Amino acid sequence: MFNLVKIAARNIRRYKRRSLLTVSLIAFGVVFVLVFVAVTASIKDFMIAQITDSYLGALQIHRGGYVASIESLPLNMNLPPAAVSQIEKTLAGIKEIEAYSERIKFGALFSNFTETTNIRINGVYPEKECAALPQMLSRISEGEKCVRALEKGKILVPKLLAQGFGAKVGDTVVVVATNKDGSVNGKTVLVSGILESATGPGGRDGYINFDDAREILRMSGNEVSEIVVRVKSLPQVEEVAQSIRVGLGLGEKKQKGGGIEVHTWSQLSPFANIASMIDLMTFFIKLMLIAIVLISILNVMIMAVYERVREIGTIAAIGTLPHKILSLFLVEGFCLGVTGAVVGVVFGLGIILALYISKITFNFGQATGLILAPTIAPIEVVTASLMVIIVSVLASLQPAFKASRMEPIDALRHV
Amino acid sequence: MSLIVAKNLSKTYATDSVEVKALQEVSFEIEAGAFLAFIGPSGSGKTTLLNLVGCLDKPTGGELQVAEMNVANLGRRQAAEFRGQNIGFIFQSFNLIPVLTAYENVEYPLVMVQELRPAERRDRVLKLLKAVGMLEQKNQMPEQLSGGQKQRVAIARALVTQPKLVLADEPTANLDHDTAYMILRLMKQMRDNFGITFVFSTHDTRIIGEAEIIYSLDDGRLLQRDERGKANVQSSENRSAKHTAV
Repeated sequence: MFNLVKIAARNIRRYKRRSLLTVSLIAFGVVFVLVFVAVTASIKDFMIAQITDSYLGALQIHRGGYVASIESLPLNMNLPPAAVSQIEKTLAGIKEIEAYSERIKFGALFSNFTETTNIRINGVYPEKECAALPQMLSRISEGEKCVRALEKGKILVPKLLAQGFGAKVGDTVVVVATNKDGSVNGKTVLVSGILESATGPGGRDGYINFDDAREILRMSGNEVSEIVVRVKSLPQVEEVAQSIRVGLGLGEKKQKGGGIEVHTWSQLSPFANIASMIDLMTFFIKLMLIAIVLISILNVMIMAVYERVREIGTIAAIGTLPHKILSLFLVEGFCLGVTGAVVGVVFGLGIILALYISKITFNFGQATGLILAPTIAPIEVVTASLMVIIVSVLASLQPAFKASRMEPIDALRHV
Repeated sequence: MSLIVAKNLSKTYATDSVEVKALQEVSFEIEAGAFLAFIGPSGSGKTTLLNLVGCLDKPTGGELQVAEMNVANLGRRQAAEFRGQNIGFIFQSFNLIPVLTAYENVEYPLVMVQELRPAERRDRVLKLLKAVGMLEQKNQMPEQLSGGQKQRVAIARALVTQPKLVLADEPTANLDHDTAYMILRLMKQMRDNFGITFVFSTHDTRIIGEAEIIYSLDDGRLLQRDERGKANVQSSENRSAKHTAV
């Protein structure tokens, strides 16, 4: 094998310009793929983290049908106390779950005594909400960035609403809501902070303490609208969701019917479609890399075989078996692929590192000045490299096969 | 004992409209240890005959036995294996592998064909490079060698597998007279040293005299056998018996 590699390496060196061009082309493709994957993946991961860590959670649990009616925030579709208790028991038994937070969601009127507008209220337990959504407090642009902002008697007002309404930190406002029995109730609360818009359906969502929500809605039992769950590893969210379903004894029928529903973030957020599009683009970029490698290696190997017909005739004449001639050319393609992959990986990682260090900023929706910190998983580097090497060998297969099938007498006659 | 036996050997190349009889019922026997030339004008069938004997091509008629093996109908792989074990080739254009040094060119058949252990390979290659006077140039690439030096390396490569037979098609056609003569002398010396049968083709009248047996070919037919060196052949056989092969 060593001798095959040695001969292949020398043959590659023999056609310096052509080999350099091929290796450069492959390396360029690898660099492009790695940088693209790193940048898009980091943006995607950043956005997903923003969504899951500041508003949506990794997954949510609702009463069946609640998500379909979520725009009207129906109080009569809250999870009853017995179901909440069952869910909490199930969540406690799944070790992949890091934290969870119960919410009461309802539509309300928000008044500063002179003007009134609509607001979506989330009643939460501050500690539990912050544990389930670690970036929740970072969304507070004005006011205290701590759990005290959600103490009883306080409200976090969404930025869009605060701007339109002229609400400031320290203002006293009234939240008025109708409970599920039709009874209207209100409570005076203090604006403790202004909340930046989260990516996703959070533009008009304000937050108050869970107990205040129960008080406004005159709830007696421990019923909740949704339970937001944080998992230890986001890529495992589907498995965790399935474990919860199994733990709750949810079959397909119950999942769709009136029991309990478990939804992952990707089922709840429209950003999941953008994430899928990014994945699709990455896939096509990888296809392009395959095409680049395939065409360049195929071209260079066809030329190599064509130009070395007499040489092939010579080695065949002196008794080299066809499969060894095949190996010679396959190893040559393999070496070209490996060289291109190595050069590409070195340059690609260098560019990714440079981007990481240079801390380029970008904007996403309402969020501005976000820092681009591209990183790439080792598996992506290995996948791209292996893909290049495998395609290189496959592209060499046809020319190599042709070389191995040459009749020595014809090859020796070749001019 | 005959190393090569050909009986009514024929080779016809057929295209859609034309049929060319390159060899017509040629019969001959070549003894082991011979230093033999096929001569004749261009197109007389010399190369075709060497290709058949070298298992590079198949006859369309007749019988051909090389080293006690009927080689007329060997398959692709069998023919390659047979060549690798029994036949060495010397080409008109030397056909050294340009990316390998002189040493590596000679070593190549041992690596790729016979798969010998490195120590044994090294021993054999150095011995042969020394025998052909190319030891000092062993690390040079073919492009750095003269025509004569290239052919010396090619001779060493042909001999390194310890073949029973070396076939050389016009081995001196690309060389000047002095070098051609020197190469012929070297080939003969190798025959003497290692007892290997040398069969070559040539139309170069300057070096024909070096052959001990000459077969004349014309228009695909064997015209005559000239045994001007018969005595030499016999003495060579005696000599070869005393030598140990490389």
